[in-house]
Amino acid sequence: MRTSPGARVGQYVALLAYLLFLAFPFLWLISTAFKPPQELGNLHPTWIPQDPTLANFRQAFDEQPLLRAALNSLLAATGAAVIAVLIATPMAYVMARHRTRLARAATGWVVVSQAFPFVLVIIPLFLVLKNLRLINSVPGLVMVYVVWALPFALWMLVGYVRAVPAELEEAAAVDGAGRLRTLVSVTAPLLAPGIVATALFAFITAWNEFFFALVLLKTPEKQTLPVILTHFIGAEGVADLGPLAAAAFLATLPSLIVFAVIQRRITGGMLAGAVKS
Amino acid sequence: MRRRSGWIVAAVLMLLVSACTGGAEDGSADGRITLRFQSLAWQEESVEANKELVAEWNATHPDVRVEYVQGSWDSVHDQLLTSFEGGEAPDIIHDASDDLADFAYGGYLADLTGLLPERLKADIPQRSWETVTFGDGIYGVPFLQEPRVIVANATWLEESGVRIPTPEEPWTWAEFREVTKELSAEGKYGVAWPLKEPVSATLNLSLSAGGQLFHRGADGKVTVRFEAGDEVVPRTIHDQVNTDAGASGSTLGSSGSDTLPGFFGGKYAMVPLGFSYRQQIVQQAPKGFDWQVLPAPAGAEGLAQGVSPQTLSIAEDSPHKKEAAAFIDFLLRPENMVRLALGDWMLPTGTQALKDPALHTTRHDWATGTALAGHLRSAPAQSVRGYPEWKDKVATPALQEYYSGAIDLDELRRRLEEDGNLVLARYQR
Repeated sequence: MRTSPGARVGQYVALLAYLLFLAFPFLWLISTAFKPPQELGNLHPTWIPQDPTLANFRQAFDEQPLLRAALNSLLAATGAAVIAVLIATPMAYVMARHRTRLARAATGWVVVSQAFPFVLVIIPLFLVLKNLRLINSVPGLVMVYVVWALPFALWMLVGYVRAVPAELEEAAAVDGAGRLRTLVSVTAPLLAPGIVATALFAFITAWNEFFFALVLLKTPEKQTLPVILTHFIGAEGVADLGPLAAAAFLATLPSLIVFAVIQRRITGGMLAGAVKS
Repeated sequence: MRRRSGWIVAAVLMLLVSACTGGAEDGSADGRITLRFQSLAWQEESVEANKELVAEWNATHPDVRVEYVQGSWDSVHDQLLTSFEGGEAPDIIHDASDDLADFAYGGYLADLTGLLPERLKADIPQRSWETVTFGDGIYGVPFLQEPRVIVANATWLEESGVRIPTPEEPWTWAEFREVTKELSAEGKYGVAWPLKEPVSATLNLSLSAGGQLFHRGADGKVTVRFEAGDEVVPRTIHDQVNTDAGASGSTLGSSGSDTLPGFFGGKYAMVPLGFSYRQQIVQQAPKGFDWQVLPAPAGAEGLAQGVSPQTLSIAEDSPHKKEAAAFIDFLLRPENMVRLALGDWMLPTGTQALKDPALHTTRHDWATGTALAGHLRSAPAQSVRGYPEWKDKVATPALQEYYSGAIDLDELRRRLEEDGNLVLARYQR
């Protein structure tokens, strides 16, 4: 069925409006980051700064250890993503392929565990990490992020494994491939988009996480970007808006870049035409 | 491709290991004591002043090293609570007096009664010490505070011909209402009340009219009674918004910062704000914008108003309380207190510091604020157990609805008293 030109224009207009709606906060953040203080107090704000300045960026870097914090965030987020995927992938495979009562119970537990709020676990977690001497350390934070991301990562990956037809593995077995060979050469490549999506989820969750980092990291040299950003906010919520926007803009860039680089993998459609149904 | 992925994983693991081994605990292997000072300073000048003072201490006290740790106002309560529970709290803690009650009663903070030198005790007036006294103990040193003032568009006021109030001859609440009515016109308002947090603003200003709201009985139990003195400030605000159109209704849910563009843009003649907002105004005001600081209106009790000063406390778990107290004494010497006050655009509590000429200049109206220092009292509710719940569940929605005109004064009284006393009773069994 062909779409009429009018309908096509309408679709694009709707898509553009939706994109603008999604991009609005980010565009506003960029605009704010380049505005001098006088423009921030303007009753009729403009999208394009009238007198653009880099002073907010300079002040943000002068006042807070942004680079160090970015490195800490990168370590914590990458570590959490890699480890979560390494643990979740084999677990997900077992849970998807062997539908035993135990697997069903495990899936239920995974869903339930998502309901635990931060405040419920933070004090026991703090005490456990203290005994392990992992308070105020990035590896301690990575451990927490892995545990926090694992249930949802597992749940996501189970879905991806189920989407890989078991017939493909059976066909490989018929052709003489062993279990390991089948997993490595047949299943793993087909799971790649799912693994990448899961890693991305774990990365972004850890990159943006605030509360655990706030409680578990004590010294400024160890703190991550979301914690450092709050240092631009004073009593009663008064914010140093320009430097805050500049720092927040810089903090947003890495996750955008990571997403831009690997999003093709997520939408790869590698399963297209694999089997006839 | 696969080899490159392997390298990336290896590099990440190596970085993690290096981060792990790099985090040696603060120790005193060389016999030196290390104190951790968590500061909530956040404005550029204030952070600078704090860091400079720490550096000066470290230069003159080689045996007691102070490590500056940056905290955040935004999350200090939760962060401190978990640190206390885990036995990892900083030795010296910067906070505000209205956040200390739970920590003091919970045994997390050291009683400073015997730790502080006489000089410091005598320098800070008793009314300020009352803000940090819980039971029989003193759990913090109040050092910076700010009155709520009215920041006004000087040109607008001058052209209107209204009487300009001074700390010696302030407006009464009735006069203030009349003035805002007179200043208002189509789309313009005499005042914009930023009441995102209506409870502390209302309660603190109500002290001027003799409002107490919380009454402690002979048995030590606190009850809420909304009496004549408590009505004055809420009724004035309500009538300005709903009867006179002298105040903008749209700013009732706003923060102070949110009202500034309208203030600079000539929409509002005055905005009641904390004294430290002057820093933002200096930064953001358009070129040539003439503003001035006026005292808040006075009532039966004159210019009295409640404050919750910034405080310095010592953790009960700290093994070096004496040294921590010595550092606090150093930090709050009159000349240092002035540096901290100027950095935060606030007033020092110390009587010696308040005499400093830098706080009596007309530049940025420091003198007006300093003249109000003697009228500042302990915020009425801060030692009342159950106050946070009363504030969030009862008082905030009730005041918001009253100010917007959704309920009347009798309903406001009923909610604050009946619903409020039920909440407080649970904390006082």
